Amino acid sequence: MTESTHGALTPVLTDTWDAEQGWKLDTYAAKGGYDALDTAFAMRPDDVITAVKDSGLRGRGGAGFPTGMKWSFIPQDNPKPKYLVVNADESEPGTCKDIPLMMGNPHVLVEGVIISSYAIRANKAFIYIRGEVVHVIRRVQAAVAEAYAAGHLGKDIHGSGYDLDVVVHAGAGAYICGEETALLEGLEGRRGQPRLRPPFPAVAGLYASPTVINNVESIASVPAIIRNGADWFASMGTEKSKGHGIFSLSGHVERPGQYEAPLGITLAELLDLAGGIRQGHQLKFWTPGGSSTPLLTADHLDVPLDFEGVGGVGSMLGTRALQIFDETVCVVRAVLRWTEFYKHESCGKCTPCREGTWWLVQALTRLENGQGSEADLDQLLDQCDNILGRSFCALGDGATSPISSSIQHFRDEYLAHLSHGGCPFDPARSTAWAGQEVTAS
Amino acid sequence: MIDDKTLDELREIAARYPEARSGLLPMLHLVQSVQGRITPEGIEACAAVLDISAAEVSGVATFYTMYKRHGVGDFHVGVCTNTLCAVMGGDEIFSRLKEHLEIGNDEVAVQRQGDSKTVSLEHIECNAACDYAPVMMVNWEFMDNQTPDSAVQLVESLRAGHEVSSTRGPRLCSWREVERVLAGFPDGRADEGPTAGPASVAGLEIARERGWTAPPGASAGARDDVADVPDDKQEAVEEADTSRAESETVQEASDD
Repeated sequence: MTESTHGALTPVLTDTWDAEQGWKLDTYAAKGGYDALDTAFAMRPDDVITAVKDSGLRGRGGAGFPTGMKWSFIPQDNPKPKYLVVNADESEPGTCKDIPLMMGNPHVLVEGVIISSYAIRANKAFIYIRGEVVHVIRRVQAAVAEAYAAGHLGKDIHGSGYDLDVVVHAGAGAYICGEETALLEGLEGRRGQPRLRPPFPAVAGLYASPTVINNVESIASVPAIIRNGADWFASMGTEKSKGHGIFSLSGHVERPGQYEAPLGITLAELLDLAGGIRQGHQLKFWTPGGSSTPLLTADHLDVPLDFEGVGGVGSMLGTRALQIFDETVCVVRAVLRWTEFYKHESCGKCTPCREGTWWLVQALTRLENGQGSEADLDQLLDQCDNILGRSFCALGDGATSPISSSIQHFRDEYLAHLSHGGCPFDPARSTAWAGQEVTAS
Repeated sequence: MIDDKTLDELREIAARYPEARSGLLPMLHLVQSVQGRITPEGIEACAAVLDISAAEVSGVATFYTMYKRHGVGDFHVGVCTNTLCAVMGGDEIFSRLKEHLEIGNDEVAVQRQGDSKTVSLEHIECNAACDYAPVMMVNWEFMDNQTPDSAVQLVESLRAGHEVSSTRGPRLCSWREVERVLAGFPDGRADEGPTAGPASVAGLEIARERGWTAPPGASAGARDDVADVPDDKQEAVEEADTSRAESETVQEASDD
């Protein structure tokens, strides 16, 4: 760890979440909100892109592609309009950071949208929010309306000559629309099925025009980078994973919630802040970045939670959605439920995913019920092998992650279902209220 | 029925977008708001406004889970049974509610004598509130940290017509009213509820207690350690987190 003057937690995006009416323009403006606009407008758009590149900001929606570089792929000699689309379809199981961000401080997203659109020279931006979070949609709608009224959106913003319109768009229930090209299909009023790439959205995205699609947290990180400088952002984090990120702790921890820290913090450090695993229990397995990232165990407590650290132990940083499960949880039950999710959410476009996820559920259900033999485990892995890398988009890949990683770490537990003739675990012991009935009597 | 006012609003939605068809998802939300579900009439109206076939609209309406082909209750109750919430008690809550309401998944409970409102029940996928598990949604508002008992009390309060508020949101309104907000017509409730729920500020509270902040801004002294950023697409791809993005972007690079 390099010497640093800041604490283990670095609230930037979360910093206003304890403010009274944090979602209002006045609250945001009182903390310097929208000041970064003038800084950005005084720069050439390409210099804004360079600043974001230099900051080292990498996509906060899972893949970690450098945000500034993504922007630089927009062909400025293309005569078509350019578009910015914010992916606010947060649906990856375990991921719960963008929702409180938009609920508590929607203006930081709006300001980020303006600066980012200016950089890529878009005059129209869309915020695609999953439909199942109506209060979040209200808050973002209201923030956009306030920004128009204050002259931060619309024509000739701050006298810069730059125009921008923003549309808040509600989805209608489809995990697949978090995949950027499926999102574009949804935004074009079609079934949310992914598109073949190339062409990439940067070249032919929304309405076949050059389009940048970024996660909420990525875009919301932009104003502070412009206000404080690329070096400021890069002073947090690790060598190749710069800046702050929101880590979402859920499950069997004493104090679940959102913890904004420099990338590279470890689960051990986070658990220490969160009061540890719930009392009387031990960590069994966890996801570093949602259900599509391979499971890790107590052996990985000290892995730096940055792109390289988590990748180095065979998983992915993903969305920093740390779902924590203690020893009361049956890993087969957990994995079966995720697999049912992928089966339900498979869009049906490609055969490996559509048929494969169906078969995975059949095979796992048998195992969870204690039926079958050890050979079924190998067949399950073989099925995964026929989906991973062979499906049309990353949904199919993600569906295999919990299965193959759980067999890797907990093969004996699968076998115990067979020898036990069913699940050896009592699900009642895992609930949030387990043990409290006894105490109360 | 779809009257002239609704047709005007459907056109208004389509006009928000550079290409009208982009309005279809919010337009279908408006149909649900007016008709209580996706009706053949609503499909025809959207098709007429967008000048596409009814089959195309129908194909979209059947793809997304929020669009209902049959009616739901005044209050549509969702219980998250994705892995984390299921493990934390969502499975137990869902089975208790099915038993209590005497219905299965995606059904409407019988309106008993004395009930002023109806409820329907559905198990839902992860709703991005895992730090409040087990989570329920009522008309797509958060009902955090539920138990089987609190869930039963909740549905009884709803059926009795009592005013109920989201645990970190506004007073609940009807499913149809919510669908109208999703269509892009605000209802003026954005200012209800807190900035954040307790779990959302768990880290922030610790930072406040210990005096931890992010580093001061550039004005307080810039540092020289500019990020070691990738110089080109190839290098960025190698460092990105998914093998898929890698292979696809390499392919694009070779196509350039």
